[in-house]
Amino acid sequence: MQELGKAESNSTRIIRQDDKRVIIEKDLDTEYMVLSMGPQHPSTHGVLRLECITDGEVVVEAEPYLGYLHRCFEKYCENVDYPAIVPYTDRMDYLAGMNSELAYCITVEKLLDIEIPRRVEFIRVIVSELNRIASHLVAIGTYAIDLGAFTPFLFCFRDREHIMSLLEWISGARMLYNYIWIGGLAYDVPADFKKRVAEFIAYFKPKVVELYKLLTENEIFVKRTYDIGIMPADVAINYGWSGPMLRGSGVKWDLRRNDPYSIYPELDFDVPVPDGKFSVVGDCLSRHLVRALEIDESLKIISQCLDKMPEEPNFNSRAVIPKRIRPKAGEVYGRAENPRGELGYYIVSDGKSTKPVRCKARSSCFVNLSAMKDLSKGQLIPDLVAIIGSIDIVLGEVDR
Amino acid sequence: MSSSPSLNTWSDALSGFSIGWFPLGLVIVAVIPLVFIALYALTYGVYGERKISAFMQDRLGPMEVGFWGILQTLADILKLLQKEDIVPTAADKFLFVIGPGILFVGSFLAFAVLPFGPAFIGADLNVGLFYAVGIVAIEVVGILAAGWGSNNKWALYGAVRSVAQIVSYEIPASIALLCAAMLAGTLSMQQITVMQTGPGGFMHWFLFNNPIAWLPFLIYFISSLAETNRAPFDIPEAESELVAGYFTEYSGMKFAVIFLAEYGSMFMVSAVLAVAFLGGWASPLPNIGGLHLNDMTSGPAWGAFWIIMKGFFFIFVQMWLRWTLPRLRVDQLMYLCWKVLTPFALIAFVLTAVWEIYR
Amino acid sequence: MEEAANQMSPAVRESKTAYDNIKERFGEAISEFDANPTMPFFEVLDASRWVDIALYMRDNSLLQFNYMACLSGVDYPDEGKVGIVCNLENIGKYTHKLAVKVKCQRDGGSIPSVSCVWHTANWHEREAYDMYGMVFEGHPDLRRILCPEDWTGFPLRKDYQVQETYHGIKVPY
Repeated sequence: MQELGKAESNSTRIIRQDDKRVIIEKDLDTEYMVLSMGPQHPSTHGVLRLECITDGEVVVEAEPYLGYLHRCFEKYCENVDYPAIVPYTDRMDYLAGMNSELAYCITVEKLLDIEIPRRVEFIRVIVSELNRIASHLVAIGTYAIDLGAFTPFLFCFRDREHIMSLLEWISGARMLYNYIWIGGLAYDVPADFKKRVAEFIAYFKPKVVELYKLLTENEIFVKRTYDIGIMPADVAINYGWSGPMLRGSGVKWDLRRNDPYSIYPELDFDVPVPDGKFSVVGDCLSRHLVRALEIDESLKIISQCLDKMPEEPNFNSRAVIPKRIRPKAGEVYGRAENPRGELGYYIVSDGKSTKPVRCKARSSCFVNLSAMKDLSKGQLIPDLVAIIGSIDIVLGEVDR
Repeated sequence: MSSSPSLNTWSDALSGFSIGWFPLGLVIVAVIPLVFIALYALTYGVYGERKISAFMQDRLGPMEVGFWGILQTLADILKLLQKEDIVPTAADKFLFVIGPGILFVGSFLAFAVLPFGPAFIGADLNVGLFYAVGIVAIEVVGILAAGWGSNNKWALYGAVRSVAQIVSYEIPASIALLCAAMLAGTLSMQQITVMQTGPGGFMHWFLFNNPIAWLPFLIYFISSLAETNRAPFDIPEAESELVAGYFTEYSGMKFAVIFLAEYGSMFMVSAVLAVAFLGGWASPLPNIGGLHLNDMTSGPAWGAFWIIMKGFFFIFVQMWLRWTLPRLRVDQLMYLCWKVLTPFALIAFVLTAVWEIYR
Repeated sequence: MEEAANQMSPAVRESKTAYDNIKERFGEAISEFDANPTMPFFEVLDASRWVDIALYMRDNSLLQFNYMACLSGVDYPDEGKVGIVCNLENIGKYTHKLAVKVKCQRDGGSIPSVSCVWHTANWHEREAYDMYGMVFEGHPDLRRILCPEDWTGFPLRKDYQVQETYHGIKVPY
């Protein structure tokens, strides 16, 4: 216990407990103030609304309200054919469209039980890892801006721009790709693809180091995130956290390793988990670190894929796409490691229709955000902002 | 205390100059700094900030209006002038309107005692430094009026934070300036500057002519960042936490006035820093042997040039810091003020006193 | 039975082992094991014992289903029921996965809430309630989550008719 203010009669004591939560003891009569944070607020990353009950600068309780971006994804899915759902998945996690598509396509492929050409698998992994880097760059950049550092944000966006143009070059779109199709890809990659991706990796590697020096090792940044918003591993699992959030709590759990899909078993990469030396395991800084280190791992994966990718002249990326996608009756839960965690699809097919009877998206942000109420208790408003930022929500995925 | 007559002859002559009953010279003396500062703050401060931040972030910044976007700020001002002057219905109208006014007046009144050269000074008060510190503190009232009058919870948070911050940081800032006043033995801004002039150029500046002044210099610089709400101490207007802090509800010209006041006080603290520790309008170049660099670069026009350059340099450092560092948290900010800066300022004060006695 | 078990993929066999453990404990309260290769599951026939089953699944040292990957509401208009499907697994120790289905009557039916067992269920149950209208007994905060609070109907039911106007705004376009 650390006492921040001295106690006298008719006074206020602000006490920071060992778990970094602030409680206020006072002999004065004061009232709580209800502070509506969002849906238009710079650091709620979209249209999240937090109804905070505050006691001065201390948040007594914050209740998240969602649904401002609800676009009836699941209802739409029941009304369109399986391939037509792919563009909708882009619009869920719009920062990682390729990963969302990949998760959806491997789920339906699991139901269809079809074999995918190896070259397609490699291209899928390359584009989704590129997209993971892009998404982590946005996450890190916006986190920096949440904490008041503007320049890292623009550095991140500058580098993300290169990925965007690469993906635009192969798919024709910058964010909403509709590139990975059930059973294949919309197009094969252009001729110079390998060369340009290799160029990007060569360009990007020093920039990662620069970003690390500018932001992650910055004294003030560390001060703002160290020991803030701690989530113990068991509670994190119970909350259903996944992805960098769960790994930030010290659980080595990555679906690319633990429930492998595509060609990930063939690739060599680490699952970064904080060791508690630079950060307290489970705090905001750990979650940031996991994201920063994952960029390196993704680069590693891409380089390996470039080496191993089979060259096939006149390759038809649509060769094994079924003419009419009508899976046999059954249900499936398929998932993939999204930049934000586990993106799962629960699909029910009745075997007669070309439309799913039920398509539920298990969104990682939705689940990660559900711990917000618990995490925000007794935090200062600036810490609340740091915590929201570290959760790295995309409201398109939360509200679907 | 009267200032050195030889230095002020030129400005005295100018002040005395009048056409008939109209004291034209006096008006010119008073107006030159203000016009300059207003122009600077309106165009070059904002434009410079945008360009500097752009270059730091691998961007180009404003490029469209005029050559390299040099007229961008003018276009912005025109736009802001045309905007509807909105006062929220729930706001306290009187406080809401008077807030930006007090801010503006507070930050620009201080320019009266700022020596722009051996000849140019609005009012050579014998308590000039004290006046400059005091008048800038009026801004607190304006911020509180703006924040409270907006009737907005974010604005109130911003105002409360801002007041706590500025009032706290006044203490180390004032003690640090007091060290400079002790070294000079006077509170007159002009006299402090005169004390730092000489043929040795920068060798006569307080920062370099004694071993202690770097400490109050650093303390004042850090405190001045906090006093002008610049990063990493921009907690009152922390845009990711408090939307825009105390000026959340302001728009149009009122917003521009607050903005202007901010840039005005940025220049003010930089100039005070230059006067107190870096010789104000004194030329940094020394006379080397037969080469009388110092003499060649001294004089009324050169003086104005040097102090403005020194001010600009510190503004550049402020911008540099702003675009590099994240923001501190409220309690960390207060910790820095009360547990680091204030004790060190007191130490600096004692050391300066000892130096003054025994040198 | 032995042959069928041999045909199962290793993953399904793991699920089967876990299922057998639960079946032994709860007997008639749960249905037979559905050994499909994509998502092996069983159904809780006696919904009132769902929380017991959930706690057993989470806390039994051989099961330790500590991670709820997903909870989806589903509509079964043919059976006149709505239900939930929970995808459970263990993080850390085992690799088994198992899905559990719980159903209730379409109109006025209720399912015990497992949000006290897995925090994940809290928001997912709110979502299922929002979309399908089943009540979760014992849920700490059962409100709509994605739709506005005063929305009428449960949008993902197969017989859902969208309301004509909402606060004077025409809804179907």
